[in-house]
Amino acid sequence: MSEIVSKHTVSVLVDNEPGVLARVIGLISGRGYNIDSLTVAEVDAEKHISRITIVAPGTEQTVNKMISQLQRIVPVKRAANVTFENQGIEREMALVKIVSTGEKRVESMRLSDVFRARVIDTTHDSFVFELNGSPRKIDAFIDLMKPLGLSEVSRTGVVAIARGTEKM
Amino acid sequence: MVNIQMTGAQMVLQAFEDHKVDTIFGYPGGAVLPIYDELAKERDTNQPIRHYLVRHEQGASHSAEGYARSSGKVGVMLVTSGPGVTNAVTGLTDAMMDSIPIVCISGQVPTHLIGTDAFQECDAVGITRPCTKHNWLVKDINDLSRILHEAFYVASSGRPGPVLVDIPKDIQFQTGTYIGPETVKHKSYRPKLKANIDQIDDALKLIADAEKPIFYTGGGVINSGNAAVQLLREFVRLTGFPITSTLQGLGAYPGDDSQFIGMLGMHGTYEANMAMNECDLMINIGARFDDRITGKIDEFSPNSKKIHIDIDPSSINKIVKVDAPLIGDVAHVLEDSIKLWKSKVYKINKSSLKEWWKTIDKWKEKDSLKYVRDKNIIKPQHAIQRLYELTKDKDVFVTTEVGQHQMWAAQYYKFNKPNRWITSGGLGTMGFGLPAAIGAQVAHPDKLVIDIAGEASILMCIQEMSTAIQHKLPVKIFIINNQYMGMVRQWQELLHDKRYSHSYTDALPDFVKLAEAYGAKGIRAQKPIELDKAINEMIEYDGPVIFDCVVEQNENVFPMIPSGKAHNEMLLGDETEKEEISDEGKVLV
Repeated sequence: MSEIVSKHTVSVLVDNEPGVLARVIGLISGRGYNIDSLTVAEVDAEKHISRITIVAPGTEQTVNKMISQLQRIVPVKRAANVTFENQGIEREMALVKIVSTGEKRVESMRLSDVFRARVIDTTHDSFVFELNGSPRKIDAFIDLMKPLGLSEVSRTGVVAIARGTEKM
Repeated sequence: MVNIQMTGAQMVLQAFEDHKVDTIFGYPGGAVLPIYDELAKERDTNQPIRHYLVRHEQGASHSAEGYARSSGKVGVMLVTSGPGVTNAVTGLTDAMMDSIPIVCISGQVPTHLIGTDAFQECDAVGITRPCTKHNWLVKDINDLSRILHEAFYVASSGRPGPVLVDIPKDIQFQTGTYIGPETVKHKSYRPKLKANIDQIDDALKLIADAEKPIFYTGGGVINSGNAAVQLLREFVRLTGFPITSTLQGLGAYPGDDSQFIGMLGMHGTYEANMAMNECDLMINIGARFDDRITGKIDEFSPNSKKIHIDIDPSSINKIVKVDAPLIGDVAHVLEDSIKLWKSKVYKINKSSLKEWWKTIDKWKEKDSLKYVRDKNIIKPQHAIQRLYELTKDKDVFVTTEVGQHQMWAAQYYKFNKPNRWITSGGLGTMGFGLPAAIGAQVAHPDKLVIDIAGEASILMCIQEMSTAIQHKLPVKIFIINNQYMGMVRQWQELLHDKRYSHSYTDALPDFVKLAEAYGAKGIRAQKPIELDKAINEMIEYDGPVIFDCVVEQNENVFPMIPSGKAHNEMLLGDETEKEEISDEGKVLV
């Protein structure tokens, strides 16, 4: 097994009941793992199933260990590694606020086009861009915006799903 | 008994009845008064629930553990809110570590006061989340019966463990619909009981090919039940392989059988640890590669293939990478294994097994459990050996506290049946033994129950003597009194240049008088010559006894694998050379 530390995306299907998120993140922090990003929402309103997506750094082995420990939690139905490298698709949304005028303002507008970001709010001195894509794409956009008046960023965290016919 | 109206407090008792609970351990308080009121009303019925009043909620939790471990049933406890719950946390954690099924019912302040820092309020589900298998806060009376049934199901299925149901006082008073257990099915929790048959076959091929095999069995065999124990015995005899056991697994295989080579691990026998180190096939059944067992991980059994049977998938590859994982219940997996072994007519490698046994017998000659007897001072090992010899014809239940006496009990008391040995292994809880003995005695009123204790540990839950007296539970407390927290002293001797920092138990009570103060019998033995007579007197006394066995103060537990060392680097008692323990080893516990 690979000993290289890299980012892993783990999807966890849980019964949506009180305290379930606390159980999942409590286990992760209690065992000394870190979390880079965390998203959670109900995905089946009838059966009350929520999907939690966790991005955590670690070796393949530590992440597998984390997954099997997550499976020990009673309301956890399934947990799986859906990292990009394991044929997963990852998407994230970001809201990016730029405060600038003149040439910088024009440049930020031009670059947002390249990234297919949408302007969802504007004043004479600011834009709020909405941007969807892989975490890497969003990182790149934010980097480019830094010299152009980047003021504030809000990101949803990663959601992920397996490619093809495979179901979790 | 479906869909009838009753109060929350009545539902709790109805659920007990439906799950065949006739015994609970508890302590009343403001937030559980409605449930206690129902217990009082129920007292006049034909089969009232037997409630054992403890003297501290930690006692309730360990008694429930002792009851569960000795009977194979779920242990049930009832505590109030706030301090009632926080006092129970040690026992819940202990049960979590040692996989003991416990249902803890706790009272909570009324729902409208939750979160207001009300009197005796604490975040019970928050505090107990990491130390229970699952827990629930009941906010709606119509959820209560379902949750109670789920609680019993979760506690006792899969890898067993403690659960907690936190019930606010207003919910206990409210009336709602009680649903019977037959209609409740947990929506997602279904532990896998049977292992994949192809994977079993792969494991059997490893067994047939093995030249130096060993069975390494643990508490999972006992948790799986009597069928698992019988199947294990059948499989071990079928193969003729040597077998060693963890602390929690003792009794699954008879301790006096010739194939049993003793406990393994930090204080295991020389032959068991050497065999683990040099084997070419390790068959782990219901054990978890605990750090007390493996010693230095990098040098743990370096040349062996490993089979691991465990019901908990997260135990697989957690510490040691295995070649053939079999996820399932021990009894189911062993049953399938034996069937397949016979139908495929697999054969073991007889000639190499014979050689392997010769090697093991050579290790046995070291006689690693030998110690030097003394005419004037009782050696602790001798005390336990005599206790064993004088009680072995009876069906005895032994509990322990934690420390040197616990290891000596594991080494010198031999168990031939499962569920007879009840000890705090994972958490290592001092104060466990007396309340656990009370629980075991409740489950087996006519059997001899002995708590092998240390003089330091026993003081941690000594208040439970009152419980034993009140409920006429004739538990025997056999204190190995060396006036030290012996295991702490031993480590200070080996690791900290004999600086015995705060490990001398000064100002000890007179245990004989203490026994008498509680209304029990006190016995003291100070000379080897007095020992047998005093032990017999203890056994024959009809009531609780505190036996103060004054022993040699400086005795250490050997063999010992020092921290950070491998199985083949054991210290034996007769070696006078000083072993250097690395800095890396010193930080380990």
